[in-house]
Amino acid sequence: MDGYGRGVDHRSPGVEEQEATATFLTYTVGLCLALVATIGSFVVSQTDLLWAPGVPVGLIVLAFGQIGVHLVFFLHLGSGPDDTNNILALAFGILVVFLVITGSCWIIANLNDNMMPMPMR
Amino acid sequence: MTLVTMEAAPVELPYQHGGGGPAPTRTVVAYGFWIFILSDIVMFSALFAAYAVLSGNTAGGPTGRQLFNLHNVFIETACLLFSSYTCGLGMLSAERREPGHFLIFAALTFILGAAFLLIEISEFRGMVMAGAGPSRSAFLSSFFTLVGMHGAHVTAGLVWLAYMVAQLLAKGLRPAVLRRLVCFSLFWHALDIVWIGVMTLVYLMGAR
Repeated sequence: MDGYGRGVDHRSPGVEEQEATATFLTYTVGLCLALVATIGSFVVSQTDLLWAPGVPVGLIVLAFGQIGVHLVFFLHLGSGPDDTNNILALAFGILVVFLVITGSCWIIANLNDNMMPMPMR
Repeated sequence: MTLVTMEAAPVELPYQHGGGGPAPTRTVVAYGFWIFILSDIVMFSALFAAYAVLSGNTAGGPTGRQLFNLHNVFIETACLLFSSYTCGLGMLSAERREPGHFLIFAALTFILGAAFLLIEISEFRGMVMAGAGPSRSAFLSSFFTLVGMHGAHVTAGLVWLAYMVAQLLAKGLRPAVLRRLVCFSLFWHALDIVWIGVMTLVYLMGAR
């Protein structure tokens, strides 16, 4: 992108420029990695491959790995200057998602612990 | 001497770092739509949190272990993943100005998405028929809300895809149509990312 100086060509802003960020190979590699992660998740959850208490951790790791694969290979998030704003927005999104999910679980778990024992029906 | 250095020509800022004029419309549009997608994912995070909190409260009703059929879930996952792939290939052919190839990939994307939706609807129908509808327990309420919201997004995506095909046929691959296609593919890939969360948290952890 940097070598393609926009000051040099005299098109008005907004005129499309061809970007060859993605290729057939990008999507195919992404598909293969995503398939490996998906099949891995099902294998881990359905077999005794992992130590039983470690299975949720394994599933979460595989899920985050697959999300990363999707972001890089399907959504083409990279480290280029074009992507700086996208990455920053994503980082903020991840922060909010993390706060909402862990905050809710934390608060409700505390409330559950402090509940008065209720007579079971 | 210092005065000479002060009056040196202004530094030419590189493109995307303050120089080179405004970013192309396509970059700006994709950024705006990316913000929308992130806000949509924040909304999903609230539903995920509700499910995580309520998933144990079955009120004596059926649990995920009794209800979930992982064979169906695997087929659903494969459908969405391959539809993401064909959607990406369709974008490639649209950018190469090959509308014929794009239409083939769009049809494949639509069929795979519709197959996902049909499996999900038949799963919901089976659960409601078996007395495990959304009103049975807090677990099932949050399950139907989370998974149903994802299904509603997939439905909207299918309608949007059909609309984009109609636009392409009516207007051709002009820049505005291409930008809308970029937004659609962002949306479709994002739905697949949300499904990874649903598959892991709801089905794989719930069926254990």
